[in-house]
Amino acid sequence: MTYAEAVRDALAVALEQDPAVIVYGLGAPDPKGVFGTTLGLQEQFGADRVFDMPTAENAMTGVGIGAALGGLRPVLTHQRLDFALLSLDQIINNAAKWRFMFGGRRGVPLTIRMILGRGWGQGPTHSQNLQAIFAHIPGLCVVSPATPADAKGLLLSAIFGQDPVIFLEHRWLHGARGETPAGDHRVPIGRAHRLRQGGDVTVVASSILSLEALQAVDHVALQGVACDLIDLRSIRPLDWDAIESSVRKTGRLLVLDPGHETGGVAGEIVARITTRCWGHLRAPPSRLAMPDAPESTSPALTLGYHVRAEHIAEAIGDLVGAPLEVSSLSARPHPHDVPGNDFQGPF
Amino acid sequence: MVHPLDSGVSRHILRDMIRIRAVEEAIADRYGEQKMRCPTHLSIGQEGPAAAVGAVLGPEDLAVSGHRAHAHYLAKGGDLPAMIAEIYGKATGCSRGNGGSMHLVDEAVGFMGSTAIVGGTVPVGVGLALSLAVRRKPGLVCIFIGDAVLETGVFYESAGFAAVRKLPVLFVCENNLYSVYSPLEVRQPAGRALSDVAAAVGLQASSGDGNDPRAAYGLLKSAADRARSGDGPQFVELATYRWREHCGPLFDNDLGYRSEAEYLVWKARDPIPRLMQELREEGALDPAWLAAAEAEIRAEIEAAFAFAEASPFPDPVLASTDIYSREIAPFP
Repeated sequence: MTYAEAVRDALAVALEQDPAVIVYGLGAPDPKGVFGTTLGLQEQFGADRVFDMPTAENAMTGVGIGAALGGLRPVLTHQRLDFALLSLDQIINNAAKWRFMFGGRRGVPLTIRMILGRGWGQGPTHSQNLQAIFAHIPGLCVVSPATPADAKGLLLSAIFGQDPVIFLEHRWLHGARGETPAGDHRVPIGRAHRLRQGGDVTVVASSILSLEALQAVDHVALQGVACDLIDLRSIRPLDWDAIESSVRKTGRLLVLDPGHETGGVAGEIVARITTRCWGHLRAPPSRLAMPDAPESTSPALTLGYHVRAEHIAEAIGDLVGAPLEVSSLSARPHPHDVPGNDFQGPF
Repeated sequence: MVHPLDSGVSRHILRDMIRIRAVEEAIADRYGEQKMRCPTHLSIGQEGPAAAVGAVLGPEDLAVSGHRAHAHYLAKGGDLPAMIAEIYGKATGCSRGNGGSMHLVDEAVGFMGSTAIVGGTVPVGVGLALSLAVRRKPGLVCIFIGDAVLETGVFYESAGFAAVRKLPVLFVCENNLYSVYSPLEVRQPAGRALSDVAAAVGLQASSGDGNDPRAAYGLLKSAADRARSGDGPQFVELATYRWREHCGPLFDNDLGYRSEAEYLVWKARDPIPRLMQELREEGALDPAWLAAAEAEIRAEIEAAFAFAEASPFPDPVLASTDIYSREIAPFP
């Protein structure tokens, strides 16, 4: 099934399994069903539990917190992460703090889906991956699955957990296909997944960059460079053991970050791994992140904006000190600003 | 002349006001000892609304509040020693010392939490009401707010949703005219009543004198009955006045942001002697009952402070725990 279908499947499984689960968001029951991820759920589970909402992101986040305290398991969806910025007060001051500031009696099991836009002119305020902001906050979990199976498994873990979870879901992954277990499939929050095994370089990725990295890692493998590719899946808590044990083996680290470079998650990983694995490093750790600039709307200005497979392969070559053939990776059958030729906008 | 309100309810309100004031005066008296090391906002002078609400709400009803919440917590039945211990930062505090005066909670009596960001619990209260509706449970959610909450965006967002879903919410707005040192007239347009604004958003709104707690009770009772019977969210604005400084134990009329004359006008409208006098005139206040109530309250407060003082501070390990649930916490 596709990633979007896997998200919908997780929601349906949760709604079926527990009457406390509610699903809401702007457009949740509309004819397009949030890129197909909520299609038909209101018809199946009723308007009490699956519903639209006012364009009031901050309040509706607080409503989710209150509903969670009242025994429900709410899932709130934002069609873009950028819209959720209006709700930072409720997320940071209430959801993240509730367990701690009221003495640890209980937390807020609230899942907030934030969809990350990209390309097709999404521009400065419809395309931001601000995972670092959320990962900075004690009390929040941040997950960013790359595959349909992980999307389903992490969403179900988020819904049935006891903590607030920011669920980052890349718009370009919605059409991606993959094997997805049926039923109540859960992926534990805080555990990375090794997608490829190799002894030369540790590549750490998440979300759509895990797919770009797969291409790059498979490409350089044909040239004799074997990489450990670690798909983080969870940004906070972060699976430090997985990265550390890999770097102790490879001595080389490349971190891919779908957010801006300054103050980003990659910087945190590089800093911590450098401190902990100093004696094992054979090359300075490196990172590839988004530029410290907003994303332009014009396709002419987004050409080199995103980290792609060819950049990753080139960086792997730099780490091992061997120039690798990368140019064939940049040949794509579709323009750079869409995930495939079937994507024709508008959002 | 006999007041239409049941004299038992009236005495309940009177006793609650006396108790809340005595607790807060005890806090003010001891604040200088530097043992209560957190910002503390007192409601002295404006106990009327809280006491009236306390008489209206039942055990199945829930409440949330803001930074000035002692009175609301106590009126809802919150545990007094746990509150005092919380202000002392002790392990026995209602939030185990992590919250202080501004983060009170006692879920056993339906006091679901007060927080320190103005307007912060408004949507939380609406969400609690949504949970009652979805789970088909009885009761309502009382959201205590002040006049400044009507300046926050989240109030309009939350009230709108409550109105769309006809949720059982009772907004109780204590209008004490000031937000810290900023008077209402620099914050809201002249002549625009808070209750009119609330009505325009879709709340059924009324307003009255918070320092006449029996009149306030009448407004609140009707509003609560409407909320419980599915009429949708209610808003009751109650005029009142805090006597002391915004935050802390002292009086601050010397600062000049409000006048001594204004304070004296409100002090003359002190809700406690006013209700006492009315009950006396109605023959509904037995001096022995009053003396016993006051003695009980004094003893209870002494015991609460003794409990707080004697309680241990939280174990230092708790500074970095209780951030995540047990399933997440083992991860760094």
